[in-house]
Amino acid sequence: MSRYLTDKLARYTVFTSATVSFLILLAIAIFIFKDGLPAFKEIGFIDFIFGTVWRPGQEQYGILTMIVGSTVVTIWSLLLAIPLGIACAILLAEVAPFKVRQVLRPAVELLVGIPSVVYGLVGLVLLVPAIREIGGNGFSVLAASIVLMAMVLPTIISITEDSIRAVPTSYKEGALALGATHWQTIRQVLLPTARSGIVASIVLGMGRAVGETMAMIMVIGNSIVFPKSILDPARTLTGNIAVEISYATGIHESALFATGIVLFVFIVLLNGIAVITLKRGNLGQNVA
Amino acid sequence: MAKMSPKTTQRIAMIGIWGGGFITVAILLVVIGYVLIQGIPGLSLDFLLTPPQGGLSGEGGISTVIVSTFYLVGVTLVVLVPVGLGAAIYLAEYASNNRLTRLIRYAIETLAGVPSIIFGLFGFVLFVTVLHFNFSILSGALTLVCLLLPTMIRTCEEAIKSVPCSHREAALALGTTRWQMIYRVVLPTAIPGIITAVILCVGRAIEETACLYVTLGGSAAMPSSLLSGGRTLSLHVFYLAMETRAFDKAMATGAVLIITIIIINTLTNLLSQRFQKKMKGSL
Repeated sequence: MSRYLTDKLARYTVFTSATVSFLILLAIAIFIFKDGLPAFKEIGFIDFIFGTVWRPGQEQYGILTMIVGSTVVTIWSLLLAIPLGIACAILLAEVAPFKVRQVLRPAVELLVGIPSVVYGLVGLVLLVPAIREIGGNGFSVLAASIVLMAMVLPTIISITEDSIRAVPTSYKEGALALGATHWQTIRQVLLPTARSGIVASIVLGMGRAVGETMAMIMVIGNSIVFPKSILDPARTLTGNIAVEISYATGIHESALFATGIVLFVFIVLLNGIAVITLKRGNLGQNVA
Repeated sequence: MAKMSPKTTQRIAMIGIWGGGFITVAILLVVIGYVLIQGIPGLSLDFLLTPPQGGLSGEGGISTVIVSTFYLVGVTLVVLVPVGLGAAIYLAEYASNNRLTRLIRYAIETLAGVPSIIFGLFGFVLFVTVLHFNFSILSGALTLVCLLLPTMIRTCEEAIKSVPCSHREAALALGTTRWQMIYRVVLPTAIPGIITAVILCVGRAIEETACLYVTLGGSAAMPSSLLSGGRTLSLHVFYLAMETRAFDKAMATGAVLIITIIIINTLTNLLSQRFQKKMKGSL
């Protein structure tokens, strides 16, 4: 085979592999919508989203309790993770001496690497009994939020750290030269400049939190009720799919795919927001 | 209340910042330490080499689970590596900044954010139901390929892009075609980076549960073919904890998982450090 022919063939082959990702995304959208739309038709969009009763046995499919469950857990986990994550990112980017960073960074990487079932397991064995002491049966929004916090923490830390590091050194030098303390420089110069990166890290963390499944099933109790306090059990959208898909048929199965559509649309929106925020931030810095 | 002096605020802020770092490390130590302390006493050669007996007490070891995990990861890599590397080569070496490239990049970014359980649903319809692969290693592996593709492409692209341009120019100046330049010069230089990408994907495949929970079937038997079901180490932990409540076995399996992940992380770090040094040295 002439080398020019090989060259051409190789070009087409790598181009084809590059289109695979796009095809997969398309296929996911098509298959999930195709199987989920019958449920929207049968149940009605409004009744499905705002219905508060989910009883597959009696043909009642409303996912509002699960939407609330997912939202509450996500918000609580972010409330816990954001201050901790930003503090840790500042430590890594600005404050910590080299040796501390050398310990801290692999630790954060390891946090990403721990399988979600292991978080779930530790939550199940340590947190749930501890929370039972406070009240309720232990399987709760609180347990789920704490487990989730540990899981979104690395996302927030690494992206925030990168965006703090991306702030031009001249900004920092300028602030210090004006007599600002290190903390004043961080708070009034570095953090505002890195704002878009920090927002993006939170949005991406939110995406991770909404999408997490197995660890949630293990500690949240999976009851289909509105959680009245953080000590109450709840069920997430992801948990709903995973728990019921293996035995669901007909309209029940379709309703689970419709749950998937809600989740999919939500995540695509969140990622869109994150990408736009990050791009805008980068542009701003390039101009400066 | 009097306004605090900048020095006092600085001191308080630094305490907060260091506190954040300590809490993060503490979380890691609690999770890892607890699983290792509870799990390691249950580890033995016997545990690794006997099959799980099933039943409510979760007797037996994890031999079939380890085999299933290797099988699944192997099949995943066979599909993932060529496709991911090909896409990375296209994006790094061929793609011009046109609408098509932006579309492909957008697809990769979006795929990277799609939750595991959605990939699971997709694999459940396409591979398990429509293509009749049933709950099997094949269904699980193909689902994993979809899930890991963005990671593979991104890390390989980084590795390829970090090869200095002078290498490419020198090759092309000698009269090679573009592909000869890529195949003989760029890829061999980028190999350590590509290996890092593969190891990273192996790690993520081992961590993954949700998408496998609905495609792999969860059978604890020894897999005999691509179409037999199975369970990975992570899934085994889930089944032990949730269905049989055999926490000691779950902890032991969890300890195996954590040790594997620590090894994989150390390996990736070492490799990528060496790769970066090599790239800097050759500039």
